[in-house]
Amino acid sequence: MGTYVPNSTVEQKQMLEALGLQALEDLFDAIPDEVRVKGELRIPAGKSELEVRRQMEEMAERNTVFRTIFRGAGAYRHYIPALVKAVSSKETFVTAYTPYQPEISQGVLQSIFEYQTMICELTGMDASNASVYDGAVACAEAVAMCVDKKRATVYLSAAVHPDYLDVVKTYCYASNRELVVVPEKDGRTDIDFLRTALNSQSACFLTQQPNFFGLLEDTDEMSNVVKAAGAKFILCVNPVYAAIGKTPRECGADIAVGEGQPLGLKLGFGGPYLGFMACVQDMARKLPGRIVGQTLDTKGDRCFVLTLQAREQHIRREKASSSICSNQALCAMTAASYMSTMGPSGFREVAKQCLSKAHYAAKQISSVPGFSLQFSGEFFHEFVTACPSSAETILKKLEEKGILGGYLLEGKYEGCILWCCTELNTKSEIDRLTALLKGEA
Amino acid sequence: MTTPKNYSYAKTHEWVQFLDEETAISGITDFAQKALSDIVFINMPSEGDEVTCGEPYADIESVKAVADICSPVSGTILEINEKVEEEPSVINEDPYGSWIIKIGHISAKDDLMTAEEYDRFCEEEEQ
Amino acid sequence: MKLVFERSIKGTACTLLPPNDVDAYALPEQYQRKLDLHFPELTEGELSRHYSELESNAFGVNRGFYPLGSCTMKYNPKINEECASLPGFAEIHPLQPAYTVQGCLEAMALAEKLLCEITGMDSLTFQPAAGAHGEFTGLQLIKKYHDSRGDSKRVELIVPDTSHGTNPASASMGAFKTVAIPSKADGLVDLDALKAVLGENTAGLMLTNPSTLGLFEKDIVEIAKTVHDAGGLLYYDGANLNPVMGIVRPGDTGFDIVHLNLHKTFSTPHGGGGPGSGPVGCKAFLSEFLPLPRIIEEQGSLRFCCDSENSIGRVKAFYGHFLVMIKALTYILTLGKEGIPYAAQNAVLNANYMMKSLEDLYTVAYPGRCMHEFVLSAESLKKRTGVSAMDVAKALMDHGMHPPTVYFPLNVHEALMVEPTETESKSTIDAAVQVYREIYDLAFSNPSLLHEAPVKAAIGRPDEVRAARNPILRHSFSS
Repeated sequence: MGTYVPNSTVEQKQMLEALGLQALEDLFDAIPDEVRVKGELRIPAGKSELEVRRQMEEMAERNTVFRTIFRGAGAYRHYIPALVKAVSSKETFVTAYTPYQPEISQGVLQSIFEYQTMICELTGMDASNASVYDGAVACAEAVAMCVDKKRATVYLSAAVHPDYLDVVKTYCYASNRELVVVPEKDGRTDIDFLRTALNSQSACFLTQQPNFFGLLEDTDEMSNVVKAAGAKFILCVNPVYAAIGKTPRECGADIAVGEGQPLGLKLGFGGPYLGFMACVQDMARKLPGRIVGQTLDTKGDRCFVLTLQAREQHIRREKASSSICSNQALCAMTAASYMSTMGPSGFREVAKQCLSKAHYAAKQISSVPGFSLQFSGEFFHEFVTACPSSAETILKKLEEKGILGGYLLEGKYEGCILWCCTELNTKSEIDRLTALLKGEA
Repeated sequence: MTTPKNYSYAKTHEWVQFLDEETAISGITDFAQKALSDIVFINMPSEGDEVTCGEPYADIESVKAVADICSPVSGTILEINEKVEEEPSVINEDPYGSWIIKIGHISAKDDLMTAEEYDRFCEEEEQ
Repeated sequence: MKLVFERSIKGTACTLLPPNDVDAYALPEQYQRKLDLHFPELTEGELSRHYSELESNAFGVNRGFYPLGSCTMKYNPKINEECASLPGFAEIHPLQPAYTVQGCLEAMALAEKLLCEITGMDSLTFQPAAGAHGEFTGLQLIKKYHDSRGDSKRVELIVPDTSHGTNPASASMGAFKTVAIPSKADGLVDLDALKAVLGENTAGLMLTNPSTLGLFEKDIVEIAKTVHDAGGLLYYDGANLNPVMGIVRPGDTGFDIVHLNLHKTFSTPHGGGGPGSGPVGCKAFLSEFLPLPRIIEEQGSLRFCCDSENSIGRVKAFYGHFLVMIKALTYILTLGKEGIPYAAQNAVLNANYMMKSLEDLYTVAYPGRCMHEFVLSAESLKKRTGVSAMDVAKALMDHGMHPPTVYFPLNVHEALMVEPTETESKSTIDAAVQVYREIYDLAFSNPSLLHEAPVKAAIGRPDEVRAARNPILRHSFSS
């Protein structure tokens, strides 16, 4: 059995004696006998570190690590600089709790303040929180910021990531809020539908840029339509796109949210990732969760604290708009160290390479007979193609060659493939993919 | 601090001053501001909102606490005090001079206390 | 400390990417960003120093005693971290086909099985990202269960007044009405008060057991029966499972739903505030309501299944904090069936020993046997000396240890809530007790020293009123 208990049986005995007890079991006399675990739990016996390591390695080895990935759909493989990995594994950052005691937590607090600043810079917004669980939950939390007694209906584009759509649905069902899904037409949100649907009871409209299909939405027009109805505009944005694409602020959004995983976080089979949230000044007090603010200490020096805490569950209890307590602090620090390591020019370069490589790949793939772009118009680093034969078979063949191809769509566009390129995909990888699709390799 | 004699008081620690039969201004008492300590923010209602006797119409935040502010009367909010909204700390400095809302079309009143009754009420609360 | 932006030197950068090897494509004008992007510009060495400086101004379990009540700040084993960084887990895309992720699915299925056995539940989902998210999810199971029976008037959730703030907040997110019941003088649930609020509107009772006062609800079986008889369900807030794991299972005491905090009980680190992981387990009759997807086995292989008409839906993208779950699984396999109750026993031993060593000075809010934590009240100390719980907390920092949780639970005035955990040694606790006692003495001999504490920390006490009145939430580049 492995154990992390440092006390020897001698010390345990001394401590029990101090308590006037004989045995460890005596500590549990408040627990009724009839409900106690009889004998042992039916789980395996404890193991040494090496045995556990072997068991975990064996499981890990039953997964395929693809060297070449053309799949995104909400989780993106980007280059993670060595420094970012070093920062995110610094022992004190890893093993700290929420910085409740600012005097000994300035390092964590300042890192969050820097993160908040970078998220504001990225989105063009005035205020950011310290993170929420992921992009999907960030969408649901942003919706909750907009709803009040007078405006209670939520509008959501059908072109956002299906998981995000599902999560917002769950949260709306939970809070008895009406949700209207605005349909998509040719891969983009149907703005005419939105224009007709919005009214004086509409709380907000949420869409994604680029949307689930990789396409760029006409956010200017959406913003006009939403503003005309007096509702709030929430834009869920890919952070890498925002390096070169119009910021949510420039698009007229009141709240910017998104999935921060592309900012230096591992694919990790889906988590932990990072939900970021930022907004315009007059909504700042509606942001959920932790927020770090700057102030002065007794000596008059600059320092940082958790602030606006009266919004939060530990003070407001049943009147809090969100119950979030733990967030994604270490992921936020990782993202901040990624943005710092990349710097403005490096980060723009990542975005430009994603854009360029995706467009190169789109051109190459759609030159293969039977593969055509499903939608017209501008896209960022993902695009959808129709396939000449069973997409499943095509993808399987690629997998046999060590390539994780695009994501097989379901529903309305069943049989189509959503491809993704990042800066990690080289020209030769794209050429090899094209050759395989042609049946040449 | 002396409790003004020309005001009336609610058990939830708000004061109300009647300007005429149908109009009044209301704020929170010295006891309430002391209990909250440094006030940092008020979630203000909007002009035109209806308020009901004994029901909360706003909440008020200090660093580590939040409390409802209830209306001592039923009616319609004619005006909110923008000075208090912008700088809520004035309530700490001058609770009886810092009205929060002006209420009109008053249709009902809570069971209100006089200044002496309210002082006694606070003494009991403190014990 | 300088902000990373203040260390920035224009024109410097790290060299990271090769040049673009395909034709450059540019976004059309109307999609282009026009705003400046003020990210810092630094070479790697400068940036590395910046983060080292931040790290040296932080406090983690690796640095010293961290008895933060209700947070179970136990040691975070290194093997957990190593297993979670194996490429076969860390480099896996969440949307890979099932046959390429059998190991991931197997790990999830195994962790589900082990945690079900530890909690006495039948099924479990890893989708919730943290404890509060687990609460939200678990309460949705309750809502869906009542709705599915056409019993939608059940909207009242009962919580004790000692509950975590997340409990009522999660209830409100689910459109439940919170009904708080007072605790008895001994800190336990008042059965009469409970019976008085139970009725046809009762959705359920949320309970932390042991409670936030560190007390085990000895009448739990009767409490459970009473709630069930009224048609309500029982929700177990697993924040305090650590002292009873392997000793008693929530499922055996009548709970229908539990959430766990893997970042507390199962040794995964808290990362300065997260990520946590808040899996939710339930009894078989509620399994159909769990979030999708679920893992199923078919012809000897595992896959995700999305068919369940009655599911509450998704609460998160993909499958939860998978890598956190891997760390917890590593821990459970390491401790095993003997190590888990042994950890619980030692957590309780440490807490009782520390409480006993302090009870002659500080007021123990609920004397007697505690479980994983105990609550001291500095109320009489404050009355006699003017030294508050906050002063005591700040003074502890000058002795290289993290203060306990202060001002919680709300029903204890000037509360200091102490949870040593099982991974602290007797000598660490003895040393801490010595410090607590010195501070107590100092409160009488020189209280002003305590009002000024900490003196050895990086900063003096911050002006929190200023921070909240005029919030500065980001660095400004305009000046």
